[in-house]
Amino acid sequence: MFELIRLRKKHGDQAIPDLFKANLPTHYCGFPILDESKCPKKCRTCQNICPTGAIEINPLQIDLGKCIFCAECQRSCAHEAIQFSNNHLLGAADRKLLTIATGMTAASYQETAIKARKEIHRLFGRSLKLRQVSAAGCNGCEMELAASNNVNFDMGRFGIDFVASPRHADGIAITGPISKNMAPALHDAYKSVGEPRVVICVGTCAISGGIFSGSSELNRDFFSAIPVDLYIPGCPPHPLTIIRALLKYLGIE
Amino acid sequence: MNWLKIKNLQAVPLSHIPRLATDELVENMLDQIHTGKRLVQFFANQSGKDLALYTVLADDADSFLVLAAAEVPRSKSFASMTPSAPACHLFEREIYEDYGIMPAGHPWLKPVRKGIAGIEGGEESYHFFHMAGEEVHEVGVGPIHAGVIEPGHFRFSCTGETVHHLEIELGFQHRGIEKLFIKNRRKPFFLLKLAESIAGDTVIGHTGAFVNALEALSGTRVPLRAESIRAIALELERVAVHLGDLSALSGDVAYLTGHSVFAALRTLATNTSLAICGNRFGRGLLAPGGVYSELTVDVVAKIKSVVDELEEKTELAADVLFASASVLSRFEKTGAVSKKTARELGMVGPAARASGIPIDARADFPYGVYASFPVHAFSLSTGDVFARAYVRYVEILQSLRMIREQVESLPNGKIRRPVTDLRPDHLVVSLTEGWRGEIAHIAITDKRGQLCRYKIKDPSFNNWLALALAVRNEGISDFPLCNKSFNLSYCGFDL
Repeated sequence: MFELIRLRKKHGDQAIPDLFKANLPTHYCGFPILDESKCPKKCRTCQNICPTGAIEINPLQIDLGKCIFCAECQRSCAHEAIQFSNNHLLGAADRKLLTIATGMTAASYQETAIKARKEIHRLFGRSLKLRQVSAAGCNGCEMELAASNNVNFDMGRFGIDFVASPRHADGIAITGPISKNMAPALHDAYKSVGEPRVVICVGTCAISGGIFSGSSELNRDFFSAIPVDLYIPGCPPHPLTIIRALLKYLGIE
Repeated sequence: MNWLKIKNLQAVPLSHIPRLATDELVENMLDQIHTGKRLVQFFANQSGKDLALYTVLADDADSFLVLAAAEVPRSKSFASMTPSAPACHLFEREIYEDYGIMPAGHPWLKPVRKGIAGIEGGEESYHFFHMAGEEVHEVGVGPIHAGVIEPGHFRFSCTGETVHHLEIELGFQHRGIEKLFIKNRRKPFFLLKLAESIAGDTVIGHTGAFVNALEALSGTRVPLRAESIRAIALELERVAVHLGDLSALSGDVAYLTGHSVFAALRTLATNTSLAICGNRFGRGLLAPGGVYSELTVDVVAKIKSVVDELEEKTELAADVLFASASVLSRFEKTGAVSKKTARELGMVGPAARASGIPIDARADFPYGVYASFPVHAFSLSTGDVFARAYVRYVEILQSLRMIREQVESLPNGKIRRPVTDLRPDHLVVSLTEGWRGEIAHIAITDKRGQLCRYKIKDPSFNNWLALALAVRNEGISDFPLCNKSFNLSYCGFDL
C-alpha cells in the first residue's frame, strides 16, 4: 500500500502541459529548408542518393510524401542546399502541398498546408474517433499513433481517440504501404465507417508506399477511388507531428 | 557427419559448404535436432539453374553453428521432417510456398504469406481447421484488430469460454522485403533503410544483423567506439520495448497504475534514443562500418542520468506490480508453455528463457562488444505469463547495467570505417539478439560480389506457434494477455 503511494507520487504528472510549446531536439529532422541558388549546374548528388526518389531537381524540390527523413541528401550535399530544420509541423491537407521548394519556410508552409474548415470543426472539433488500419507497415507508425494517446502526449485531452469498431468511428487512419493481402480489409473498414467520414494517411508508406513503393506485393488501388483528407508525413511521424496536424485540421489550433 | 562448423559472422566461401544428397541432409538434420541442436535457418536458394537447400543448426552450449547444403532433386521434393521435428514446420512451408519444393508428408502444409484465407481466392485454397460437436463455436478476430496494432487473423475454436484450438493466419503485412533486397542490391544506402523497416520496433536488432553481415562479407573492422554505441542502442531498444510490454500487460489485467507508470518510463527510454540519433526508434544510427551519430559529452551525461532514473523507478514499479495479488492471480499459470514444447518448437528469446531454455545470441554467439562484456541469460521454468513478464523485468535491469558499463568505458576514436567490396561467392550467417530473441540474417554473394540471396528470420517466426499452443484450454478472455506476453511481430514474420 505504502509502496503504491510512493510509486504514484514518484510518477507525478507525466502529461506534457502545453503541446503547442513542445519542441524537438535541434538534430531532429523535420521541415527541410531548400536553397537552389547553392546548387552547382547539373549536380544530381542528392537525387541519386535519395532512397525513395523524393527529390526533384530543376527546380530543386522535396516531396515530403516520399521523404523518409534520413537526411542523407543533406549529408551528401557539399553546398548546403538542403538543411533539415527541427520543425515538426509537417501535415498537409492536399497531396500537392507536400512538395517543398526553395524559398519556403516552416512558417509559410504551415500557413497554406492545412486550412481548417468550418464544417470539419463543427462536426469533429469536440470529438474525433478514428479506426486505425495498419496495412503492411513496419509497426513504427502504429507505435507512434499509440504513443500519441499515452500518458505523456495525451491526445485524448482534445477529444481525439482510437476506437475498436469502424461503426463507432468518424474516419480511418491508414498506416503502411498497403499490401495486396490487406487491400480488401482496408476497403471493408472504410465502407463500414458511417458518413461523413475522413481518411487520414499517417506516415510516408501510407502516403506514397515509401521505401516499399517498388514492391510487387502492394495494391494501392484504394487511393484511386477514395479521397484523402489529411496527410501526416514522417518515418514514422513524431507524436507531436500527428497531434498538431490533427488539431490544425479540426480547427482547434 | 560432414557439416561445416562455423561461427556467427564468419564469412565462408560457397565452395567450402558441403553439398549433400537431399536425403542425407534431411537425415543429418533430424539426427542433430534430436540430439540437441537447434534449427536456426532452413531455406532454399536459386542461383542460375542451381536450386539448393541450405541448413544452419546451432549448438548453443558450445557456441558454434553447423552448415550444409543439398541440391534439390528433379522430383522437387524431400521427406518432411515436421512429423518428428515440429521446429521445421514453418521453414518447410515457406520453402514450398516460395520455391515449390514439396516437403512430402508435411502434416499441415498451409500458406505462409501468399494465398492466405481472407483474401481473394484464399478461402478456396485453404480451409481453416474445424472442430465439430455440439456447443463448439468459432470466434474469428482480425485481420484488423481492436487496438492500434498490426494485422493478423486469429480463429478460435471454443466450447463456452474455453479455447481448444487457435489457428493463426498471418501474411497481411507481406511487402516482399527479401525480393527488394536483391532487386536493390546495387544501392547500399537503400538496403540500409530497408533493413530499418523490416520491423520498426526492432530497428537496431535487424539493422544490426544487416550491417554485421556486410562487414563480415567485406572484412571490415568496426571501430570499438562504434561497437559500444551500437550496444547502447540495442540495449536501449530492449529496455524501451520491455517497459512498453510491462505497461501493456498491466493494462490487460486492469492494473492501471502499472499501465501508466511503465508507459511513461518507456517514453523516457525512447526519448533517449531521440537524443542519441534524432529518432525515437534508432533509425539513422547504424551505418555499415560503424554508426552515424557521435555520442557527445552532453548525450553521455543524459544517458547516465536516464539509466539511473529508469533503474530506480522500474524497480519500484516492478516491486508493486509483482506484489499485487490481483495481478499475480492473472499472470500465474496463465498461458504456460512447457520446456519440452519450447524445445520442440525451437522457441527463442525471452519467451524461450521464460520456459527454462537459457539461450541468448549475445551470450552463445557473441558479436561486437558482447565478446568482451558477457551476458548472463536469465531463465525461469514456469513458462507462464508471469515468467515472460518477470524475465522482461530482469532483462530491463540487465540492459540498464550494460548501458552504464558501456558509457562508463566508452572507447575513444573513430565511429565509422568505410566498407570495402563484398567477397564474391561467400555466405555469412549473422545472428543478433533483438528484444524478441534471435534474429538470423543470411547473406549470399554471387561471383561478382553482389548480394544474390538475403534471407531474414525474425524471432517471431519461431514463436508464433507457441502462442497458439499457450492459449489451449485457457479462457478466451485471457488471449490478449497471453498475446501481449509474447508480443510477436507481424511484419517481421510477414516480411
